[in-house]
Amino acid sequence: MLNTPVTETQITHANRLWLYAVVTLVTIFLVVPCILVVPMSFSASEYLEFPPSELSLRWYRAFLGSPEWLGALWTSIKVAVPVTFIATALGTAAAWGLHRRFGLLFTLSRSLYMLPMLVPLILIAVGVFFVYARLGINGTIGGLIAAHTMLALPFVLIAVGNGLTSFDMNQHQVSRSLGASEFVAFFTVTLPQIRISVLSGAVFAFVTSFDEVVVALYISSGKNETLTRRMFSNIRDQVDPTVAAISSLLVSVVIIGMVLFLLLRKEEA
Amino acid sequence: MDGQVAIREVQKNYGSFKALDGVSLDIEPGEFVTLLGPSGSGKTTLLNVLAGFTRPDSGSVKMDGVEFLTLPPHKRDLGMVFQSYALFPHMSVLKNVGYPLKLRKVAKGEIDRRARAALDVVKMGHLADRDIGALSGGQRQRVALARAMVFEPKILLMDEPLSALDKNLREHMQIELKRLHDQLGTTTVYVTHDQREALTMSDRIAVINNGTLVQYDTPSRLYDHPVNRFVAEFIGESGFLPVEVREGRLTLFGEPVVSRDPWRGDTRAWMLVRPEKLAWREPEGPANRVDATVCEAIYQGDSFLLDLVLPDGGTIDVRCNPHTANIAIPSSGDKISFWISRDNTVLVEGEA
Repeated sequence: MLNTPVTETQITHANRLWLYAVVTLVTIFLVVPCILVVPMSFSASEYLEFPPSELSLRWYRAFLGSPEWLGALWTSIKVAVPVTFIATALGTAAAWGLHRRFGLLFTLSRSLYMLPMLVPLILIAVGVFFVYARLGINGTIGGLIAAHTMLALPFVLIAVGNGLTSFDMNQHQVSRSLGASEFVAFFTVTLPQIRISVLSGAVFAFVTSFDEVVVALYISSGKNETLTRRMFSNIRDQVDPTVAAISSLLVSVVIIGMVLFLLLRKEEA
Repeated sequence: MDGQVAIREVQKNYGSFKALDGVSLDIEPGEFVTLLGPSGSGKTTLLNVLAGFTRPDSGSVKMDGVEFLTLPPHKRDLGMVFQSYALFPHMSVLKNVGYPLKLRKVAKGEIDRRARAALDVVKMGHLADRDIGALSGGQRQRVALARAMVFEPKILLMDEPLSALDKNLREHMQIELKRLHDQLGTTTVYVTHDQREALTMSDRIAVINNGTLVQYDTPSRLYDHPVNRFVAEFIGESGFLPVEVREGRLTLFGEPVVSRDPWRGDTRAWMLVRPEKLAWREPEGPANRVDATVCEAIYQGDSFLLDLVLPDGGTIDVRCNPHTANIAIPSSGDKISFWISRDNTVLVEGEA
């Protein structure tokens, strides 16, 4: 691409101005809502305001100094970490099984595993609430882990399933013929080759659980309140900039995580 | 020696499609056997049955007298080379070759020593520390072979291992594979659809078509004594002349047929035309003569491809080298005759 065309048909930057404009607009609409909270979090005011009239770190102190907020964060981590492991293991196993078998039964079970992604979250939340009420596990960490694992499973299934489409199944067969059991072949040959997909499935699983609020509204309460649920109540009740401080922290963590992930991936390739 | 295989009445259906229809085959220890057939004939299915990747509906496969079919693939102790090589991209060349040894819990130093030795056998020792991605097709082929034989399996299975290589390299590797087989003496089952490859390498060839074993013989028996038109057509260059059978008397374009072998069929036979066994001048001794008209003569460098019109109006393509045949260079419209001597006459049955 050049500023002055070399040939008559050469496309110059000037010809593409409309494209740059569209891309800029899209980027603004996508990114600004996510990072708008960052300046708001440094406000000294009692309320969310933009732009902040006075800067301070008081809301960061409010968050880090509050046992309730930190307790909610701890609950979210206690839920999201086990969800990540369980959903990644189950989802990878399911993706591997579905990848190797064909037929009505397998197509059906795939759709079944994808349901949590397709059914409106609010309906799932109500359903989970009623089932858990029967079982008496509303408000427990275990209950939250189970519900979030169900929500995270489709993401792992999709990520690992995609990875498997570019995996050469002969690799698995040759490993079997060379003396590896099904299990050993999977862990020595298949898994190392789809690890990036498994890893991204795990990231999705963690984020699904950590970000989830609708189901948590129904089944997490009291001392087992998740961070997002507490943020939601806080916004509804008082709207103080603590949530902005928390969001800014989360956004930074996510950005750092993504950069690390991309660097890792680049090193692989 | 170990490595004797007995395949009995193996049957495999996919719905109403019979992939294998009662195949029985004996492979002697140390033998190089090729499963040859067109695509979809069932040869790869049979190899997968041996490897344990396909479970037949019925039948038996015994190795050294022990039933094989109930063993999972990793307990069959056989080395397999795939068409796509299927080398592990996340391991180095040496690690790939060492992989089966590692699974067998061989000591670390011993793994490296034996893996390097196997790489030396296939002349890849100097590339042991390379990444798989840095190898050419032929080098990958060799590594795959080293990996399949490093643990000294009782049988080597190869599924069209040379088909991805270019022609020159393929022919070179055929000879190397054969030499390697002679050196190691491992029973080898080789799948290909390339008849010349099969003729080059095999002790015996099993011709498979439509899920059944058509003929199981040495290369020269297959070439000189095909059991039917399918085998004759599939192996080597061939053409066919229609032979009439009436009350036990055989005629070719109205003339009685001279043949060494008696004919036991009743309706129709085909006389096999192999270009190198034709005489273009009348030979001594009894022979079958065919008069034809040259429709077209196509120059092909070492020979001409003649498109001939037969006395009954049918056509046949025959390769002819006018120089060695000691005849004038043929051109369209010429009358030409050729002879098939009594000893070279092969009659087969089969559909046109």
